[in-house]
Amino acid sequence: MAARAPTVHYLNVDYGVRSWLFTTDHKRIALLYLGTITILFVIGGIFAVLIRLELLTPAGDLVSADTYNKLFTMHGIVMLFFFLIPSIPAVLGNFLVPLMIGARDLAFPRLNLLSWYLFVLGAAVSLWAMLTGGVDTGWTFYTPYSTSASVTNVIPTAVGIFISGFSSMLTGLNFIVTIHKMRTKGLTWFRLPLFVWAHYATSIIIMLGTPVIAITLLLVALERGFHLGIFDPALGGDPLLFQHLFWFYSHPAVYIMILPGMGVVSELIACFARRPIFGYGFVAASSLMIAVLGFFVWGHHMFTSGQSAYTAFVFSFLSMLVAIPSAVKVFNWTATLYRGSIAWDSPMLYALGFIGLFTMGGLTGLFLACLGIDVHVHDTYFIVAHFHYIMVGGTIMAYLGGLHFWWPKITGRMYPETLAKAAGLIVFLGFNLTFFPQFILGYLGMPRRYYAYPPEFQALNVLSTAGASILGVGYLLPLCYLLWSLRYGPVASANPWGAAGLEWRTPSPPPTENFATPPVVVRDAYDLDGMADAPAEAALG
Amino acid sequence: MGSEHIAPVRLYVTVFACLLALTALTTAVAFADLGRASTVIMLAIAVTKATLVALFFMHLWWSERLTRLVVGGALAWLLLLVGLTLADVLTRTVLG
Amino acid sequence: MAELAPAVAHHFDDAEQQHEAATLGMWVFLATEVMFFGGLFTAYVAYRALYPGAFGHASNHLDVRLGTTNTAVLITSSLTMALAVRAAQVGAAPARIVRWLAATMALGSTFLAIKLFEYAHKFYEGLVPGPAFTYAGPDARQAELFFSLYFGMTGLHALHMVIGLGLLAWLVREARRGRFGRACHTPVENCGLYWHFVDIVWIFLFPLLYLVGRH
Repeated sequence: MAARAPTVHYLNVDYGVRSWLFTTDHKRIALLYLGTITILFVIGGIFAVLIRLELLTPAGDLVSADTYNKLFTMHGIVMLFFFLIPSIPAVLGNFLVPLMIGARDLAFPRLNLLSWYLFVLGAAVSLWAMLTGGVDTGWTFYTPYSTSASVTNVIPTAVGIFISGFSSMLTGLNFIVTIHKMRTKGLTWFRLPLFVWAHYATSIIIMLGTPVIAITLLLVALERGFHLGIFDPALGGDPLLFQHLFWFYSHPAVYIMILPGMGVVSELIACFARRPIFGYGFVAASSLMIAVLGFFVWGHHMFTSGQSAYTAFVFSFLSMLVAIPSAVKVFNWTATLYRGSIAWDSPMLYALGFIGLFTMGGLTGLFLACLGIDVHVHDTYFIVAHFHYIMVGGTIMAYLGGLHFWWPKITGRMYPETLAKAAGLIVFLGFNLTFFPQFILGYLGMPRRYYAYPPEFQALNVLSTAGASILGVGYLLPLCYLLWSLRYGPVASANPWGAAGLEWRTPSPPPTENFATPPVVVRDAYDLDGMADAPAEAALG
Repeated sequence: MGSEHIAPVRLYVTVFACLLALTALTTAVAFADLGRASTVIMLAIAVTKATLVALFFMHLWWSERLTRLVVGGALAWLLLLVGLTLADVLTRTVLG
Repeated sequence: MAELAPAVAHHFDDAEQQHEAATLGMWVFLATEVMFFGGLFTAYVAYRALYPGAFGHASNHLDVRLGTTNTAVLITSSLTMALAVRAAQVGAAPARIVRWLAATMALGSTFLAIKLFEYAHKFYEGLVPGPAFTYAGPDARQAELFFSLYFGMTGLHALHMVIGLGLLAWLVREARRGRFGRACHTPVENCGLYWHFVDIVWIFLFPLLYLVGRH
C-alpha cells in the first residue's frame, strides 16, 4: 500500500524566498537552521581536515605555527558555537517540540525567527573575522593572551559569539514557555516524550549559563578595545577570574550539546526496541539532574591553572557525581533493549553507536575528574579524544540518527535504507579510527594544540588522519542521499516507523497548523498499542 | 483575567516610603563606625529593598509558584557563581 | 471609548494562555539578566576581596550625594511605573496611564542625566580607565580595576535604562491609542517588570560602588 502525500502541507503552502525569510512557522525555521548549520559544519570540517593533514608528519611543514593556532581555534569555535550548540535544539527541537506536545507552534514564533537571524548574523560576523585574519587564542579565549598579547581578530569573533548567544537564549526561552504553557489536553508532564524533557532541561541550562559567557566575552572585547581592564594582570587582574566566568557556561554547554542527543536516543530506542523506555521517570529526572549538577563542576577544567587546592578537591568530587545521572540513562536504555523486539533500521544503528561511544567518552571523563590523572593528561590528546567521543561519537551520532528518523516526517520522503546503514557503519568505523588512537597519544604525552610532535607519535597520528578521511566519507553520504531523497525518495506515510508520539499522528509533511484538530492525550508516552503503519513499510531502501 | 490582583495605591506608596527610608539608612550606615559589619548591614538592606520591589512592585507576592521558582532559581545560580568563585579566591593562599 | 480586547495569536488557545506565556517569558528573560549582571558582580566580589583597601580609596572618589539622589530618583520611577501598570489594570483613561508612564520616563531621564554628569566629571578627573588614567593615591593600578568595574557595571545598567526608556516611549504611543485597559494590559505589566528589575540592579550597585570604605 503506497503512501500518498497530503495535498497541502507546510512546505508547499507558500512559495518564494519571502515566504521562507519571513516565516514564523517553527517547521520552516527549523529547516532554515538545518541549511545554515550544515554550511557551518562543512566549514568547521575543513579546518579539521587541515589540522589532520598537518599532523600526518611530525614536523610542522604544512602550515606555520601561527596558522595552526588559528586552525584549531576556528575549528573549535565553529563546531561548538555555530554547529553543536544549535544543532539538535534548533533543527529537531524547533520542528518537533510543538508537534510532540500537540501545539500549533512555539509560544513566540516571531522571536523564533529572530533567533535564526541572530544566529546568521553572529556566524557571519565571526566567520568574517576568521577569514580576514583569523583568531589564534584557542576557543577558550584565555586571558591575558586574548586581551592583550594576541594580534588577531579577537574582538569581532567574540562579538559574533555574543550575538549567537542571544539566538540560543531565544530558542531556550521559547522551549521553556511552550512546554509549560502549551501542552495539549491530557498531556501531563509525565506523559511527555523524553525528547521534550531533554529539551526542557537543555533550555534551563541555556538560560542560566549563556548570559555569563556573554558578559565574559563582552568584557574581553571591552578590555581589548577600550582598555576596560578587568582581566589585566598589570592592574592586579586575575587570569583565573576569566576562567571561572568562562567555564561557568562552557562546562554546562557540553550538557547543552549532549542532553538533546540523549532525548533523541530515548525516542529511537523506544521505537526500535518496540518498548516504552524502562524507568521513564528516572530518565526524565536524570535530565534535570544533569542540568543542575552540570553547573557545579566547572573547576575541573582548571585543575592545573592555579585555583586553590580546596576548590579543586570540591570540583573533583562534584564531577564524579555528575556522571551518575548519565549512567542512569545508559542503564535504562540498556534495560529497554533487553527483551525488546529489536529492529535494525538505520536510525537505530546511530542510537546504538551513541550509547557505546558516549559511554566511552563519559567514562574517560571520570578518569579526568580524578585530580591525580588529570594533572598528567590535561592539555594532551587524551582530553581531545575524550570530548570528541562525547560530542562527535555522542551528539553528532544522535543528530544524524534523529535526522534520519524524522526525515520522513519533515520531508514526506524516505531515504535509501541500505545506503543509510552503510553510512552509519562508515561513520562508526571512521570515528573510532580517528579518535581512539588519540587516547593513546594523550596518555603517552602528546600535547594538544601543537603543530609538531616527536617522531614516535607519527604512526598513531597517521591512523587518526586515515580515520578522519573515512569519517568524512561517512558524513558526505547522508548529505548526498538525503538531498537525493527529496526528489527521488519514495513518498512516506504518516507513521512509517510505527512509532508512538503525537508527531506521528499527523501527515508527513505536516500541515502548517500541525494538527487538523488539537489532539487529546489519554496514554503514557511510548504506548505503542494501536499505532498504524507497520515498521516493514520503512524498509524501502 | 485569571487570578489578576490589583493592589491598592496605599500599598505602593507605603513600599515606596520604606524604600526611601532604607536608602537613607544605607548611606547613614556607610558613614557610621561599624567596622566590618557595615558591609554586611548594607548588603542586608539592599536585599530587603530588592525583596520589597520584587514582592510588591513586581507582584511576586501574588504570582504563581512557577514564577517564584524562576526567581529562586536565578538567585540560587547567582549565589553559586559568586560563591564558588569567591571560595577559590579566598582559599588560594590557605592551602597553597 | 471602549478599549480593544487583545488579539489572541493563532497558536494560543485563549487570551489567558497568551497572557501567562508572555509573563512567564518576561520572568525567564529577567532570570537571564540576573546572570548577565552576575558575571560583573562576580568580578567585583573577587577583586574587592583581593584589594579591599584600594577599592575603599577608589570608591571615595564617587559622589555619594549624586549616588543617593539617583537611587531615590530610580525608586520613585519604580513607584510611578507601578502606578502606570495599576492604571492600565483598572481601565483608567488613556491620559492617566500616559501621565504615569511619562513621569517614569522623566525620572529615568533624570537618572541618566545625573549619570552623564558623573561620567563627564570622572573624565575630567582622569579616572576613565585606559592610557589617560591618572590616580593620585595608593594602589593606583587596583583603583583602575575598580573604575573599570564602575564604568562597566553602571554603563551596562545605563544601557538597560536607555532600552527601558525606549520601551516606555512605545508604551506611551500605544496607550495614547487607547490600547490598554482591563482586558489588555500585559505589555504594560511586562515592561514594568523589566523596569523594576533595572531598579533592583541599581539597588545593589549603589552600596557596592559608592559606599565602600566611607568611614
